[in-house]
Amino acid sequence: MNIASAKDRFNAVARAVVRKEKEKTERPKNWSAGRDEDAMSGSTHVDSANDETFPGLLLRNAKQWPDRPAMREKDLGIWQSWTWQEVEDEIRRFAIGLSNLGLKAGDAVAIIGSNRPRLYWSIVAVQSLGAIPVPVYADSVAKEMVFVLEHADVNFAICEDQEQVDKVLSLQDQLPKLAHLIYDEERGLRDYDHSRLHNFESVQLRGQERLAADPAISKEWQKSIAGLKSSDVAVILYTSGTTGKPKGVLLTYENLVVTAKNANAFEGLNERDETLAYLPLAWVGDHVFSLCQSYTAGYCVNCPESLETVAEDRREIAPTYFFAPPRVFEDMLTTITVDMEDAGRPKRKMFDFFMAVARRSGEKILNGDSVAFSDRILYFLGEYFVYGPLKNHMGFSRVRVSYTAGEAIGPEIFSFYRSLGLNLKQLYGQTEGSVFVTIQPDGAIRADTVGPPATDVEIRIADDGEVLYKSPGVFLRYFKNEEATRETKTEDGWMHTGDAGFFTDEGHLKIIDRAKDVGKLNSGSMFAPKYIENKLKFFPNIKEVVAFGHEKEFCAAFINIDLVAVGNWAERNNIAYASYQELAAHPEVYKMIESHVDQVNRDLSNESMMSGAQIQRFLILHKELDADDGELTRTQKVRRTFISDRYGPLIDAFYDGSPSKHIRTEVTFEDGRKGILEATIEIRQMKPYPEASDVVREAAE
Amino acid sequence: MNAPTKPGDIKNSGDSTVLDAGDVLLNIENVSLRFGGVKAVSDISFNVLKGEIRAIIGPNGAGKTSMLNVINGFYRPQEGKITFRGKVRRSMKPHQAVGQGIARTFQNVALFKGMSTLDNIMAGRATRMTSNIFLQMIWHGPAMREEIDHRQKVEEIIDFLEIQHIRRTPVGRLPYGLQKRVELARALAMEPDLLLLDEPMAGMNLEEKEDMSRFILDVNQQYGTTIALIEHDMGVVMDLSDRVVVLDYGRKIADGLPEEVQKNQEVIDAYLGVPH
Repeated sequence: MNIASAKDRFNAVARAVVRKEKEKTERPKNWSAGRDEDAMSGSTHVDSANDETFPGLLLRNAKQWPDRPAMREKDLGIWQSWTWQEVEDEIRRFAIGLSNLGLKAGDAVAIIGSNRPRLYWSIVAVQSLGAIPVPVYADSVAKEMVFVLEHADVNFAICEDQEQVDKVLSLQDQLPKLAHLIYDEERGLRDYDHSRLHNFESVQLRGQERLAADPAISKEWQKSIAGLKSSDVAVILYTSGTTGKPKGVLLTYENLVVTAKNANAFEGLNERDETLAYLPLAWVGDHVFSLCQSYTAGYCVNCPESLETVAEDRREIAPTYFFAPPRVFEDMLTTITVDMEDAGRPKRKMFDFFMAVARRSGEKILNGDSVAFSDRILYFLGEYFVYGPLKNHMGFSRVRVSYTAGEAIGPEIFSFYRSLGLNLKQLYGQTEGSVFVTIQPDGAIRADTVGPPATDVEIRIADDGEVLYKSPGVFLRYFKNEEATRETKTEDGWMHTGDAGFFTDEGHLKIIDRAKDVGKLNSGSMFAPKYIENKLKFFPNIKEVVAFGHEKEFCAAFINIDLVAVGNWAERNNIAYASYQELAAHPEVYKMIESHVDQVNRDLSNESMMSGAQIQRFLILHKELDADDGELTRTQKVRRTFISDRYGPLIDAFYDGSPSKHIRTEVTFEDGRKGILEATIEIRQMKPYPEASDVVREAAE
Repeated sequence: MNAPTKPGDIKNSGDSTVLDAGDVLLNIENVSLRFGGVKAVSDISFNVLKGEIRAIIGPNGAGKTSMLNVINGFYRPQEGKITFRGKVRRSMKPHQAVGQGIARTFQNVALFKGMSTLDNIMAGRATRMTSNIFLQMIWHGPAMREEIDHRQKVEEIIDFLEIQHIRRTPVGRLPYGLQKRVELARALAMEPDLLLLDEPMAGMNLEEKEDMSRFILDVNQQYGTTIALIEHDMGVVMDLSDRVVVLDYGRKIADGLPEEVQKNQEVIDAYLGVPH
């Protein structure tokens, strides 16, 4: 049997399995027979609270779009879907089961795991009882998790699988209030003590039995939903904390519902849209995109099969509304670049030709500007030969709106996607403001700004350059942390973002750096580390950069190479290496990175504010910065202070002029074991460019 | 979702004796195997109980892999008696071993390199295909229904071993650790009573070893599969196995609980060598 025919056979099998699964998912619904009458009899007062809370919106959606898909998940290789009505049934049974286990209004429930439909349902089930869900980052180790669970006083924990259950069980001595644990995936948990541990299904079964025994319960449940007020706390989201301990942000239904509705109206999102839920459940972005906006607009949220299959699942679903941090777009572009370098000559020629057309005219066409007729025709052909297939490959064929935020995105990367015809936009937001602070509107998109204020948001710039805003999404307060609340939120409701920025002439906000990170060199010139780091990170070969220079003689930088890009480059250039460490220290790699640094220096020399902060010395780190070692946050942001403590000797070596430095670093493996990494790291000296004005003057002389 | 297969569900074409956990599944009595003058295995007796994880350890050339080959019928011992599920075995071919419920993985991964992960695992179901080969070729009627059932089973195994992302990747392109996992998946697809693993962790890094250990324990717990494994990593053997048998120069030198074996002087000597 040849490969092609085998493929067809298996596709046919997959299709046949889909048919079979469809028959199977037709489940009996008699136990919910009493529900519709209840809904009708109580409809007048249920409707009054309906679209102000998520449980209320759930009831509305189940009535408004009973047969539209609300959620999908790929399981055993097949997409399974749940309609709004089915989701309501699932949540109702689970909520009644939870209340039967003893969950009361005001309790806190930790929700730990990746993007699974049942965990999203848990959030709303918990809310429907007046309790408060606390999503927790699933990849945090037990030591990090205990702070959140303890601080939030959780009474219940809903875990995805054995891994998360084990973590919570290992902490139970420190969590006296924890009464019950519920898990979704049974594997490996069969032999555990089940006195306080429950299967998700068994809790639902409990609810189902109660509902069958007493039809009034369903009515009571709806009454408790109707009793929820829009000023109630909807969720506690812990910020990942670049500095210090995480803070619990209390967001109300009003914060989230109003913000979500505004965003839906701004982009015209409705029940026919599709999105992919693959970012951490505990992150405010996922909470808003995959839950709040879905419940308000009624669109379908798709959960991937596993984190490794996201790219394939995205291709299959082809979402219409998509969010990704810049890193994802960067990685995708790196993969495309690498693949095109390996492609045959004719393909590469065609790709290069049409990409040149796209660079010239693609963005203009997307923005609705005028373009030469010949380019329009070429662009049309390019859509057929290159852009269309490329977007299809990335799963972007149907995207109407796509956001990126969290970090600055490289202008080249941004333009690349826009020139393909992908409506990629930047936004600026915060957990404390329910995400949306600024959004770029269609037709006014710039690579280096984050756009004008979003609907109902007011922004002003403080005298020290810090950005302040006021919006309906501004959080209630930090949980059990009055001091931090006072520092962040002024009496009259203005929020301190902690970011330094300014408005451009067009009225778009431009963010430079964290306000407290902006420092000064000894020479007095301004030093904005993030600004410099981002310029370097825009090179595909560079993954991470940490720049130093505050109260120092000059600016210096640690650089992390990108193993995929540099590895491929090494392969094509016959450079042998056995490990990351060896590749990072290779003289040819140093030479390449040196040319990148040199180009950044040239760029900086052209900017009057930044030209003093050119990079004079740099080194390539021997290991990747890693969240397990505490060097990055769980959202992959650099922890500056921690790194400067950990690599203190290397920083000293920058400024004492030594050409290289030996360092021992402790590394933590995924299971918590420790190891030691040793290396002698070379430090490269750069020649700074004269300031642009000097060049002009010299030329004039 | 379908309930995972329990040990009792296994339909064996061989015999239908139902064993409880703790009963002797496989008994080896005084087995000797010679290749000409070379004695690979001499006079070895041990047993494997239903539901346990049994480790076979020993220095290089101790006869571990030969022992495994004897168990799955690849070699026929000159002397001795092998009883599987209470039935004495006379002579057997490896495919008959599969029919009886014995599956194995190999020390050097033995997958079909050009085929995808999915196809490789489906190949593990081949012995369970009952429909006519001609119907299978035209993929019609009962053959189609049967393949769909098999595919369902295979998808459960893919989910169990967390290899969804490589479902369609040709296995030759996969890293070694994943190939080992695919091989385990293929062995599991046979729904064996006894799973023989020949150095499942060889050449793996710490993380891959931990994953593999977890999968072996999960297979044992969830599917109730009895496992006999050869392994060199002592940490893994001591953590995973219920009982250990130690071979040296084709002889059995120790047999017992991991702690006992670890303290046995003869075992220590065999591993570290004795001054002469």
